[in-house]
Amino acid sequence: MSAAECQTASFEELAVPLFDQLYNFAHWLTQDRSEAEDLVQETYFKALRGFSSFQMGTNFRAWMYRILRNTFLSSRTGLKQTRTESLELDQDGVELPVERKTPEAILIKHSNWEVIQTAIEELPLHSREVLLLCDLEEMSYREISQTLSIPVGTVMSRLSRARNALAELVLRKLEGGTVNGLRDLENAARHLP
Amino acid sequence: MVCETWKTQLDIYLDGELPSEQMHAFDAHVRGCASCAADALVRVQLKRCVQSAGRRFVPRAEFRGEVYRAIKAKPIRRMSLNWTIAAAAVALIFLIGLGVVFREHDRSGQDRAVYGELTDLHVTTLASLSPVDVFSSDRHTVKPWFQGRIPFTFDLPELQNSEFSLLGGRVTYLGQTPGAHLIYMVRKHEISVFIFPERVLPADREERSKLVKELSFNVETWSHAGLWYCLIGDVSATDIDNLAELLKGAGA
Repeated sequence: MSAAECQTASFEELAVPLFDQLYNFAHWLTQDRSEAEDLVQETYFKALRGFSSFQMGTNFRAWMYRILRNTFLSSRTGLKQTRTESLELDQDGVELPVERKTPEAILIKHSNWEVIQTAIEELPLHSREVLLLCDLEEMSYREISQTLSIPVGTVMSRLSRARNALAELVLRKLEGGTVNGLRDLENAARHLP
Repeated sequence: MVCETWKTQLDIYLDGELPSEQMHAFDAHVRGCASCAADALVRVQLKRCVQSAGRRFVPRAEFRGEVYRAIKAKPIRRMSLNWTIAAAAVALIFLIGLGVVFREHDRSGQDRAVYGELTDLHVTTLASLSPVDVFSSDRHTVKPWFQGRIPFTFDLPELQNSEFSLLGGRVTYLGQTPGAHLIYMVRKHEISVFIFPERVLPADREERSKLVKELSFNVETWSHAGLWYCLIGDVSATDIDNLAELLKGAGA
């Protein structure tokens, strides 16, 4: 949407089309319907109040997602999830690729969405959000960077780590292995030949 | 391996984030390299899996309706051209004549937006089953809890011999800026104390200690040492002022 169109558009016109995807994203973050509803409601409430401060011509979608994410991070569930995050520092730049087996091929064969949904749920918050913003919401690295308030290099490294972790989780689930926590999986992924 | 360099950029390529020249070079390489083509295929499949599996949660129709009704814009009345010109002329005269007043009103509007936001936070927090994330009446527990969570620190008053008690605190946001939200109690009433860096306020705002009413809540604000303090509660203006004095006495 151009700056001129944005200026004449009402909050309702801009915000309503984002409702379902914001709700979906909120549910992935909170992993609870009731909390997702509270989060979305509070996001719309805050966004409506702050719409006059929104800079027309900038990215409205990224702005809404940023409000939702900040609201989530200040919630009890958000704080709990960030506290249990991996302590590894973000590295700007792309991680070296891990030689993967191909859970994707097995997955396609089985069309088992439940496996991948569970695997996404088990990803740590930073990995889960960046993966969903890129692959589900199809945001550009720049948009993700604006939404999460992190540099583009960090977006790339988090994304790379998220995909490696997801592939490893899916593989273990499909092979019937026991998952002993993401850190084990990440370590295992790093030491694969 | 010749392909190692390509493989490090495979995800970036598939996300469409490479510059166009490199995209063309990558296209050409993938067409001629079976190994990279196979890798690209499985990664595309994984992206598609995430995309399909990720569309999982759908909001309830009742919930969607509630939010839509809450944000629904008021209809705009359309006037005839003559009336529009007349109204514009009147508006212009008012604008020229009341420039200074307009500026003050603008400031007042910005203030109301900020107070409105904080009032919402106050109400939604108290309505929550878990209004605070650090639950303690001890200021020496509550203050350190904020270390590393917000980019500033603050002092809290000793409440002995006062009618106020500290319930706890949580991190909150205003204009995308993190701040502290403390909740105090007085005679079963809760008062929210918000502390933010001054930069959350409009640039031309001259903040001074003041007591106003917002949606029947009493609100008192002031700035000190680069921080902006805002107290909101349904108690009397005197109670709000007394708590504000305690905070100011502690160095706020």
